[in-house]
Amino acid sequence: MSMSPTTTTKPHVGDDPTPAIAAAVEEARAAGKKIKLEEMYLNMGPQHPSTHGVLRLGILLEGEVIIDTIPDLGYLHRGTEKIAEDRDYMQIIHLTDRMDYLSAMNNNTGYVMVVEKLMGQEVPERAEYIRVMMQELNRIASHLLFFGTYGVDMGAVTPFLYGFRERELVLDIFEKVCGARMTHSYMRIGGVAEDLPSGFSEECKDFIDYFLPVLDEYDELLTYNPIFMDRTKGIGKLSKEAAIAYGVTGPMLRASGVPYDLRKDEPYSVYDKFEFDVPTGENGDCFDRYFVRIQEMRESCKIVLQALDMLPPGKHQAKTSRIIKPPVGEAYLEVENPRGQLGYYLVSEGEATPYRLHIRPPSFVNLQVLPDLLKGLKIGDVIAVLGSTDIVLGEVDR
Amino acid sequence: MISEELVNALIENPAVSREEVENAYRDPEMPVLMVDADSVADVCQFLRDTKGYEFNFLKNITAVDFEEHMHVVYHLYSMDLRHKIMIKVQVGREQPVVQSVEPVWCGANWQEREVYDLFGIKFAGHSDLRRIMLPEDWQGYPLRKDYVHEPDHYD
Repeated sequence: MSMSPTTTTKPHVGDDPTPAIAAAVEEARAAGKKIKLEEMYLNMGPQHPSTHGVLRLGILLEGEVIIDTIPDLGYLHRGTEKIAEDRDYMQIIHLTDRMDYLSAMNNNTGYVMVVEKLMGQEVPERAEYIRVMMQELNRIASHLLFFGTYGVDMGAVTPFLYGFRERELVLDIFEKVCGARMTHSYMRIGGVAEDLPSGFSEECKDFIDYFLPVLDEYDELLTYNPIFMDRTKGIGKLSKEAAIAYGVTGPMLRASGVPYDLRKDEPYSVYDKFEFDVPTGENGDCFDRYFVRIQEMRESCKIVLQALDMLPPGKHQAKTSRIIKPPVGEAYLEVENPRGQLGYYLVSEGEATPYRLHIRPPSFVNLQVLPDLLKGLKIGDVIAVLGSTDIVLGEVDR
Repeated sequence: MISEELVNALIENPAVSREEVENAYRDPEMPVLMVDADSVADVCQFLRDTKGYEFNFLKNITAVDFEEHMHVVYHLYSMDLRHKIMIKVQVGREQPVVQSVEPVWCGANWQEREVYDLFGIKFAGHSDLRRIMLPEDWQGYPLRKDYVHEPDHYD
């Protein structure tokens, strides 16, 4: 077996701004204008409403054109992985709520699944269906928040009110199921904390009956709005090759035309029993990233409806010992979160606390591509591109 | 799933072994390879570019401190062939250096920075090896097992 020498294969993402700037300067000088070029450093954040949390971007500009972007992270670093080494397996469920705080159900599920994988713990079928429904409802809630805030980022305030109005209904369902609206901690190792409340099925169906026509309304309100389309179409293009080389996952990857969705390709839990499509984009621009998420909400509704019909009777929680001690070993498991693939890498030495728990957050990996996406764009596009990556800083920094 | 044959073929490389390591998890879908620290990028380049392997997607890089030594762990995936492999690199605790895989998958950039920040493992050939989560003047590497937190005015 022969090894070729390592070659640099960084794919080309953004346009090199230098020729465009040089041409503009040339033109202006030819017209007799005096031009003096000067680089400008612009600081954005960490306290900025459009950074969706505490992200600081150092942006290097030449006129209006972005030459380079230097993201500065860590403002929300709480050392989750270190704290986890000092907590027992049940207590860590609550830590996972606080990473991607907009999709706590999905975070919980990934974590309990990795522990179950290491323990070889069986989960009752009813619990699996409940988990799938909760994950999909949470995906809807998370994408609704994206829809609202992305509208605001683009200068349209109304979608924000619409998105939050519908999200509230999902949060009401969550509140009835587990008592919490955001930090749910609903999943347990071997099942879920409580069985579904009475009337859950009707309430869910009512919500979806109401919600599907509302999605069409969203399309009329924002998706096909000419100003919105002008600001997002063709902006911040991410090619298929670059997306794969960067390890981008979730709606961002699918918007670039790669139909990779763990729910479909490596179905975990009971996802193989449902029929749903994986929406993809073609151009990988801001609009595609937005539209993939809007379409995903319809697919999530489909899954919830099927799960409600197929929901088997039985227990919601398997019998587990009071103190959970997985055997010596390690496990890696990924779930499809609203923002991409959330991975947990767990190493156990057979103690009541994990030896090491690593979290592979989708937002952290997806955010890496930002400097390349912004290269060569105008300063006004920063918010369009950053908003379309849909990051949650609680997860980026952990 | 990657065939046993292909995994065994990798062991012809002197830098690669399948030797049973401490805490190795026997996941039938995820074979584990032990690779030398100074040739991990070459092995990764081979895994990415060779027909039959085609590991074009880097999922995860992390590290584990086992007190006597440390492991750097890579999870790789092939988009076209839909198989996975796991790579482990063993390094000492004093001045650990591992070849950077950033030239192979540019997505490794921040994940390697995170490992450097929290474990103090250096990546040779990395384009921008700085702390990423903690302030630049932070002392020590918090995810090491012997890290002691000095209470400051926030505690």
